[in-house]
Amino acid sequence: MKMKMKMMLRVSLLLLMGFCCGFVFGDQNHSDHQVQRVFPVISINYDYVQMPFEVSLWILLASLMKLGFHLIPHVSAVVPESCLLIVVGLLVGGLIRVLGGKVPVLDSQLFFLCLLPPIILDAGYFLPIRPFSENAGTILMFAVVGTLWNAFFMGAVLYGVCRLEEHLASVDLLSCLLFSSIVSAVDPVAVLAVFQEIHINELLHILVFGESLLNDAVTVVLYHLFEEFAHVGEVTALDVFLGVVCFFVVSLGGVMVGGVYGVLAAFTSRFTAHTRVIEPLFVFLYSYMAYLSAEVFHLSGIMALIACGVVMRPYVEANISHKSYTTIKYFLKMWSSVSETLIFIFLGVSTVAGPHAWNWTFVTITIVLCLLSRVLGVIGLTYIINKYRMVKLSGKDQFIVAYGGLRGAIAFSLAFLLSSDDFPMKDMFLTAIITVIFFTVFVQGMTIRPLVDLLAVKKGKQSKSSINEEIHTQFLELLLTGIDGVCGHYGHHHWRDKLNRFNKRYIKRCLITGERSQEPQLISFYNKMELKQAMMLLESNSSASLTTASAIPQQRSRRTLNISKEREEEIRKILRANLQKTRQRLRSYSRHTLMPDAEEDDWSETRIRKQRVEIERRMSHFLMVPANRSESPAVRRGHFESDSRGQTARPSILVLVPGDSENPDGSRTQNPDGSAQTQNPDGVQGSRGHKLSVTFALGGEEQNLPRCLSDPGPHNLLEEEELF
Amino acid sequence: MGSFQSLPDNHQYRTLSQKTGFSLEQIGILHNRFKQLSQNEETLRRDDFKTIQDLESNPIRSQIIEAFFDKRNFQKDDVGSVQEIGFEEFLTVMSYFRAPTHHITDEQREEMRRAKLRFLFNMHDTDNDGTITLEEYRHVVEELLSRSGALGRETAKGIADAAMLEVASISVGPMAPDEFFEGITFEQFLKILKGVEIETTMHIRFLNMDTTVLCK
Repeated sequence: MKMKMKMMLRVSLLLLMGFCCGFVFGDQNHSDHQVQRVFPVISINYDYVQMPFEVSLWILLASLMKLGFHLIPHVSAVVPESCLLIVVGLLVGGLIRVLGGKVPVLDSQLFFLCLLPPIILDAGYFLPIRPFSENAGTILMFAVVGTLWNAFFMGAVLYGVCRLEEHLASVDLLSCLLFSSIVSAVDPVAVLAVFQEIHINELLHILVFGESLLNDAVTVVLYHLFEEFAHVGEVTALDVFLGVVCFFVVSLGGVMVGGVYGVLAAFTSRFTAHTRVIEPLFVFLYSYMAYLSAEVFHLSGIMALIACGVVMRPYVEANISHKSYTTIKYFLKMWSSVSETLIFIFLGVSTVAGPHAWNWTFVTITIVLCLLSRVLGVIGLTYIINKYRMVKLSGKDQFIVAYGGLRGAIAFSLAFLLSSDDFPMKDMFLTAIITVIFFTVFVQGMTIRPLVDLLAVKKGKQSKSSINEEIHTQFLELLLTGIDGVCGHYGHHHWRDKLNRFNKRYIKRCLITGERSQEPQLISFYNKMELKQAMMLLESNSSASLTTASAIPQQRSRRTLNISKEREEEIRKILRANLQKTRQRLRSYSRHTLMPDAEEDDWSETRIRKQRVEIERRMSHFLMVPANRSESPAVRRGHFESDSRGQTARPSILVLVPGDSENPDGSRTQNPDGSAQTQNPDGVQGSRGHKLSVTFALGGEEQNLPRCLSDPGPHNLLEEEELF
Repeated sequence: MGSFQSLPDNHQYRTLSQKTGFSLEQIGILHNRFKQLSQNEETLRRDDFKTIQDLESNPIRSQIIEAFFDKRNFQKDDVGSVQEIGFEEFLTVMSYFRAPTHHITDEQREEMRRAKLRFLFNMHDTDNDGTITLEEYRHVVEELLSRSGALGRETAKGIADAAMLEVASISVGPMAPDEFFEGITFEQFLKILKGVEIETTMHIRFLNMDTTVLCK
């Protein structure tokens, strides 16, 4: 061994020397042409990789920062991440300046084309539709009317102030209006960054967030309008009218473009059954194309992106595999997270870059006006809106909405795009905007969390999807639609019902493959829930060894069922035989059905085959759900152990036969010893021995479980994929 | 009809208004609708509901209609069902769908919530034994899924079972192997629907009704 080590050391030393020589020689060649050219073993060529190298370095920096913040426990609880990132950006910018390099500025093109879309797509794809549509009127009011009010109020007052102040005399009305329209828009990136840490209730979240998304149209129109006017130099009434028309074109056009791409994406996803691997790519590409196409025509790219995500989601999700869904979710989260981090860091860096033109009056007036106009706007609008709302917005809600109006990088980038010729005050504007952004993000961002706690604003509930709530939500909807019909007026519910029916009859048929287009929402919800529980169970059990797993269920079975050993073996044999033959997607929860009393032998081949066919036909998405033993009969038996996750799933495979068809009277009685049985009309009660059908763990079958869930057997591979 | 009601009607309206909480205007509109449905008779029968086209495609139509004829919903502590109802009963049932006004106290809100949930509970508990048994719940889910044919029926059982399971685990907690779960009582029903904001979701905008566009 020692000899070997010595040999290796020597060889490596030699190689190292060789490299160095080569390097030296290689270098020397540049300076000394008379020497014979030696082959350069190692040389440096940084320019070749400069661009991607720097980009990757920045992204790596951003990710490491993000990582670091969460490792420091106390800081991240007090200071929102966005603040920390801006500070990091400042430091990095300072460092670069000290080192003498050129400090990069947040390039607007980079921002709008690369950094912003992932965040917006993430927001749009996962937008909670129900609260959004219920509050759509309110959101639109805040977005459109609120932003307009902010822009004009601030512009007017600012102009007045500029008239009074001598340094600012050159700032004319148009510039003021343009500046105020840039500053007055609530920024979705900043709102998301801060709000997702404070967990307020759904209503407030969707109000502020929805407003930040929809006001993009207003901002785009105002920006282009004022920029045009400033360029041209004068405004006529026709121009104002055209501006209004432009607003509608921009917003509706954006939505339409997004909708078209969304439908295309949904349609494409219908055919991806055989190429599951690239499914996520379609989602991303179509969305990005929607954004770019909208930007081509100066339509609102953000609204296009949101519309695309919203339109395509229900259909795409019904078509793609579960793994693709997970991929999409994680990629979107990853990209949006990285983008957000980069944006804030670059904001910090750009601050250092300058150029700055500080003017005390202008900056302080801007900040004060921002707050003031926002508060006034919210109060005024809420007063009007509350007349039409069922759930009125209280004072607390209004405060949060007003206080949550954060400004962010969009404002900065828009200002950066201004041309210096038309706007000689560009630097002053930039400085003011950066100050406003800093103020809102730092001051408002940091204080909103304690204020939320202080004011005891309702927090968002950790929604554990409850099947009861889902059933009743649907029931209520139908009930209200019915009552609407009885009352005789076309209400909210009537139209929603009509839309759903239209959706189901025509659209779903085109855009969703196969049988799933007929699947009602309750069933898909139920399936998803089961799947989730199965996955959770699998994860929580994966550490347990198979031996212990098989031991425990047996124990339990002995405790609760008291079946004789031979019986168990027999049953196990039968089941094993069947499980190996088909991918029996057996449902959990349908336990009640027991075999009729005396005959377990009724478990005949024909019955099993019939069942199998039925189950296969339904194309259930169920995997072998390890359901709880207590299951249905939990309704009967009700032996629960609460494990760390949920109350229901247990590590056993429930093999159940939907035997209701066999028991016409279907009355269930409870047995004192806890088994569920069907009582035959002649009153024969099964004794203990007949509980077999229900629940017990199949020790041997546990091995099948992981295989089927995550990695289907060889001949079942195709089927498995198709399932999803 | 019209603004000139004869005095008895006005007086009647006022008592109804006090009892159910509707405004006089809303009562007037609903009375018009009542007359339209009952073809100007004094009472409404089940057949009259069948003429409403919008209800045809509603899967829980029969339950809705039954709810109108269920004496438990008339706030008179009676049980059973009737064959025909008058305007007062019609209005009483409709009052379950009123929205809470802005300035009500917490107890009133809670009371309203209980009343609405009681209405829902009565819709499910058809045999009036005070609990929703598995069978009844299954029936509810089957009705909900009845538009999807055989697929719905099969999964309905599973879903109903899962739901009962959830209720059992939330309300009763870990049970011994020999206990059993009879059915959902009203208190448990209240508990499981705690997350749904009933008082604001279960309402109809009565004020926006315009008699000229009443649908058939």
